[in-house]
Amino acid sequence: MSIWVNRETRLVVQGITGLAARYHTEQMKAYGTNIVAGVTPGKGGTKVMAIPVYNTMREAVRETQANTSVIYVPAPFAADAIIEAIDAKIDLVVCITEHIPVQDMVKVKYYLKDSSTRLIGPNCPGIITPDQAKIGIMPGHIHKKGTIGIVSRSGTLTYEAVSVVSNAGLGQSTAVGIGGDPINGTDFIDVLKAFNEDSETEAVIMIGEIGGDAEENAATWIKANMKKPVVGFISGKTAPKGKRMGHAGAIISGNSGTADSKITAMESAGIAVAERLSDIIPKLQVALEKH
Amino acid sequence: MNIHEYQAKAILKSYGVAVLEGYLVEAVNQLETQARKIQTDVAVVKAQIHAGGRGKAGGVKVVDSLNACIEIGTEMLGKPLVTHQTGPNGQKIRKIYIEEGCEIESEFYMSMVLDRTTSKVMIIASKEGGMDIEEVAKRSSNSILKITIDPLIGIRAFHIRILTESFGLSTDLMPKLEKIVKGMYTCFVEKDLNLVEINPFVLSKEGQLIVLDAKMNFDDNALFRHADIERLRDFDEEDSKEIEASSVGLSYVALEGEIGCLVNGAGLAMATMDAIHYAGGRPANFLDVGGSASAEMVSKALDIILSDEHVKGVFINIFGGIMHCNTIAEGIIQATKSLSRSVPIVVRLEGTNVADGKRLLDHSGLDIISADTMDEGAEKIVSLIKGEEAIA
Repeated sequence: MSIWVNRETRLVVQGITGLAARYHTEQMKAYGTNIVAGVTPGKGGTKVMAIPVYNTMREAVRETQANTSVIYVPAPFAADAIIEAIDAKIDLVVCITEHIPVQDMVKVKYYLKDSSTRLIGPNCPGIITPDQAKIGIMPGHIHKKGTIGIVSRSGTLTYEAVSVVSNAGLGQSTAVGIGGDPINGTDFIDVLKAFNEDSETEAVIMIGEIGGDAEENAATWIKANMKKPVVGFISGKTAPKGKRMGHAGAIISGNSGTADSKITAMESAGIAVAERLSDIIPKLQVALEKH
Repeated sequence: MNIHEYQAKAILKSYGVAVLEGYLVEAVNQLETQARKIQTDVAVVKAQIHAGGRGKAGGVKVVDSLNACIEIGTEMLGKPLVTHQTGPNGQKIRKIYIEEGCEIESEFYMSMVLDRTTSKVMIIASKEGGMDIEEVAKRSSNSILKITIDPLIGIRAFHIRILTESFGLSTDLMPKLEKIVKGMYTCFVEKDLNLVEINPFVLSKEGQLIVLDAKMNFDDNALFRHADIERLRDFDEEDSKEIEASSVGLSYVALEGEIGCLVNGAGLAMATMDAIHYAGGRPANFLDVGGSASAEMVSKALDIILSDEHVKGVFINIFGGIMHCNTIAEGIIQATKSLSRSVPIVVRLEGTNVADGKRLLDHSGLDIISADTMDEGAEKIVSLIKGEEAIA
């Protein structure tokens, strides 16, 4: 078991003919991900690394029974790509693209509500189940098959958490980057629910950052529902107020969204919050023993 | 992206929102010509800087004669204005806006923001205008009205009735309020706003509803489809190093410490700043080279970091995912060779092509100290700087 992606995943790459998409398609394929199709409007009938390319998502799904898509389309067109994937009834859409206008995401979120599609991202590294499927831009070699679920709002910080876990001799059931944008598809609670029900996941590491109230809401949910130990980490503890720190989401205004409010909420929900990233492992070991 | 009050008002006016007549002055010799256009007995001279809190800091003054207007305007132009948002050095007043006066009956607050929880536009309104809305919220949160607007439904008559009631306005003002709220909402959606804040929003003694101050913030990610808005950007209001960084696609925020940080990814960059604090140092900046950075960008990033004279050392923390460590290593070598001044550099590389990256650095013949983890790197750069201080 694992969550959402595995050997059964049939992946379609949206924007497959772009430079970055080609590179990552090669990487995903080398990792063993089952890539069945690519979509680029106007490039239908061609092939990229022996993968057939289609003009539309409907065609790709009809011809290859793809059930998952990954998006490497430039920001001005990325929201359209997500909407097209939802229209094609894809089960899981992973959007890597960053800098999508917020108003475009308002429309995506609206369209998503009446569908059975799950969206991960945008502005995220993707999702990986070690040794089964790598969907996104994360470096595959740092991952190791195991029982720790990882969920994070950040890209490279997810890799940090993953390598800390792998280097300690533990491994990941699935690692999910939900992205740092103010409006995104899957949130912490969605991932936590899935890990809670996944027989292979024994504990969860949750990596949050300043801005918004997603961590506070997740803490409330964990307190009431989570059966497995959770270890947390928050980045941006020393960021100045009112300044945008790269991620559109990472802006603190007033007293909401501060690292302190998040850490307090998480600790009161029984989450062991690590002060430094390297403190995650001892916290995790204590949490697993207690459990 | 932020814009000035006078620009925000011009945009709102084009959406049918009622604002007062006003005239922009950028030099003392324009003052008299512009001031003579005022038709009212009193006028208001307003400093145009992006930071808030202008009123309390003396950046907004009521004048009752042409001479007083010229006198105040001359005084303001070129002077720094220190508000609670500008920092201790203040912001130089380069432009002033002379606006016609109006007699205020009552003041309200009204803004529109994008609400993350519902992923929709939210109207925030309060009967208590002219003051900091966060203060109002702290004092009595139930005096603040919040209305979420469904994108398919838009602004409806009942929304206007709710607002009219909460402001305590008479119902015959409803058509005027409707025009303003609909104008603001259309503007919000069409121009990709993150925020439009009207504080105060006033009822004049003559029974007019007027936008007395306006603040607008635009979604940077949507500027590609608004060339007209992008032209309104005022580089004088922004940090010069932040402008230089954004022109090459880097995300840079100047801070007050002594350790320069060069990191890939916003979350990791913030965690790196935290790690430096934890080790007893202070970061000089936040700098995210992003996903698709090239060797040239890394080199440029180092130049920007070192142009801050407070920087005594640099910590480069790269976890290659979308980026290749060998590209970063090439950038570091290239940049270090041509640096304007020499400071200790600690480099931590991890991820894709890490072995290649480390090999390039080790064989460069340069004085670069490597670290295996973020926390170790933070400790190394802090102790190096403390060591330099002890020798000095």
